[in-house]
Amino acid sequence: MPDWRELYQELILDHNRRPRNFRRPAAANREAQGFNSLCGDRLVLYLQLRDGVIDDIGFQGAGCAISTASASLLTERLKGKTAAEAEALFRRMHALLTGVPEPEDPAQPELGKLQALAGVAEFPTRVKCATLAWHTLHAALAGGQALVSTEE
Amino acid sequence: MASLTTPSRASGPAGYDVEAVRREFPALAQAVNGHPLIYLDNAATTQKPRVVLAALRQYYERDCANIHRSIHTLGERATEAYEHARRVTQRFLGAGSAREIVFTAGATAGLNLIAQTFGRMQVGPGDEILVTAMEHHSNIVPWQMLGQEKGARLVAAPISDAGELIWEEFERRLTPRTRLLAITHVSNALGTINPLRRLIAAAHAQKIPVVVDGAQAVAHLPVNVAELDCDFYVFSGHKIYAPTGVGVLYGKSEWLERMPPWQGGGDMIRSVSFEATSYNRVPYKFEAGTPNIAGVIALAAALDFALQLGLEASAAHEERLRQLATERLKSIPRLRLIGEAREKVGVLSFVLAGIHPHDVSTLLDQQGIAVRAGHHCAQPLMDRFGVPATSRASLAAYNTAAEIEALAAGIAQVQEMMS
Ligand SMILES: Cc1ncc(COP(=O)(O)O)c(C=O)c1O
Repeated sequence: MPDWRELYQELILDHNRRPRNFRRPAAANREAQGFNSLCGDRLVLYLQLRDGVIDDIGFQGAGCAISTASASLLTERLKGKTAAEAEALFRRMHALLTGVPEPEDPAQPELGKLQALAGVAEFPTRVKCATLAWHTLHAALAGGQALVSTEE
Repeated sequence: MASLTTPSRASGPAGYDVEAVRREFPALAQAVNGHPLIYLDNAATTQKPRVVLAALRQYYERDCANIHRSIHTLGERATEAYEHARRVTQRFLGAGSAREIVFTAGATAGLNLIAQTFGRMQVGPGDEILVTAMEHHSNIVPWQMLGQEKGARLVAAPISDAGELIWEEFERRLTPRTRLLAITHVSNALGTINPLRRLIAAAHAQKIPVVVDGAQAVAHLPVNVAELDCDFYVFSGHKIYAPTGVGVLYGKSEWLERMPPWQGGGDMIRSVSFEATSYNRVPYKFEAGTPNIAGVIALAAALDFALQLGLEASAAHEERLRQLATERLKSIPRLRLIGEAREKVGVLSFVLAGIHPHDVSTLLDQQGIAVRAGHHCAQPLMDRFGVPATSRASLAAYNTAAEIEALAAGIAQVQEMMS
């Protein structure tokens, strides 16, 4: 039986109560909107990308604790990283959250704090809450203005 | 079954024995996440009683045959059971004739059928189709599609903060351009019961036909289409103890006779050649192809079950629970109840300050309590109340006062967990 404490770890609750980078960076030059049509949640992710490096990153919107914490942790982790690193992390997180077993690969990005989101894989109805920010990141990196829906 | 409403020691004030009712529903007797299941998502779908499960078994184990075409014993049994279901449904709705009962796949299918047949005859360029701000998407989108096809406009009558239609605003939207009123009997997200008789009379005074979405009504209040005088009434079986994938469309025969068929195929024809096809009579004209035979037969069992329970008695029971639930929820700090119509059924939509409905659902589920979180297929309504989503507890005949107390305690616990 999955335990709610696995899902709502203290780190998640903290990022829900006090989301980091909850703003639009003044010089943002990339943005994408994520929409969870199941629950109506929306978030906008903003990137300030220069020479392939994420100089600044932020998000806005309203969502559940899982989607808010996921977006908050994402922004915290990716500030100062390269677009290539962000893409690699997107793939790693996608596998983690959807419960896909991963091969051992020393080149994989470390999860660190993001490990706190792993519990979601045990709650099938909540996986999309956690992946929303990451899909939105993927779209923002791909460029342009995009609307991402969790209903592929 | 007949003993369900006879007094017993466990009975409530009206002699309603809810424990006896519960024993008819095998799914209620299970544990979820280590707690006894408390099922409060009845507006989404209800659990199924033994008689319905038995009807499905009987059809598949004994009477399984196609209907209206097989000249053998099983075919006769199946056809008889299917047509018996039509008469049961007719009586259940108070329709004048069994020919006015069309079996569909559900409320959504019924509304689309009406839009694509009656709607197409009725609505033209520049016309208006009137709905309300509290409609389910399935009573919005088919009309929008029709409007786009015909160049007609969809108009929505607004509602008050309590979640009631505003009479003057409604009346003002009945214009000479209004060609059709499509309205829900009961709101799935607010529980509001619309004053149908008065609304229908006002529409008819201007020769405007009325389509009623009864999906949330039939399990919770007695319905009589002849008294309502509505032109169409649709509902889904699964919200009144029947299986999914079966539903009912009632239509006045004067309309059904004039409407073109919707889908073409077997059973809906009288004769077919490559030059021309003549259509079967009403209601078969609207039942193309092999229908959900088992579902229809089980629907009749479900409607009989609801009648034996006594819709008056179960409605009174649900009303007592609704009052208790309203009182309990309103005493929870930082809880906002959405939908406080004077006339409503046991649907309690709420939001907790600072806690998203999805988190509420997951955490209640950990305590074995099933409620719905989301926009309830009524996004325009959520916009009206300025929330992206709500949590919704919805009652049925088998819920108990103890379950309501558990819900209230569960919500308080969620607030504690998330604080
Ligand atoms: C008011 C209302 N109308 C229509 C429907 C659609 O019913 P179904 O999905 O069974 O076709 C529902 C179901 O949620 C409803 O609550």
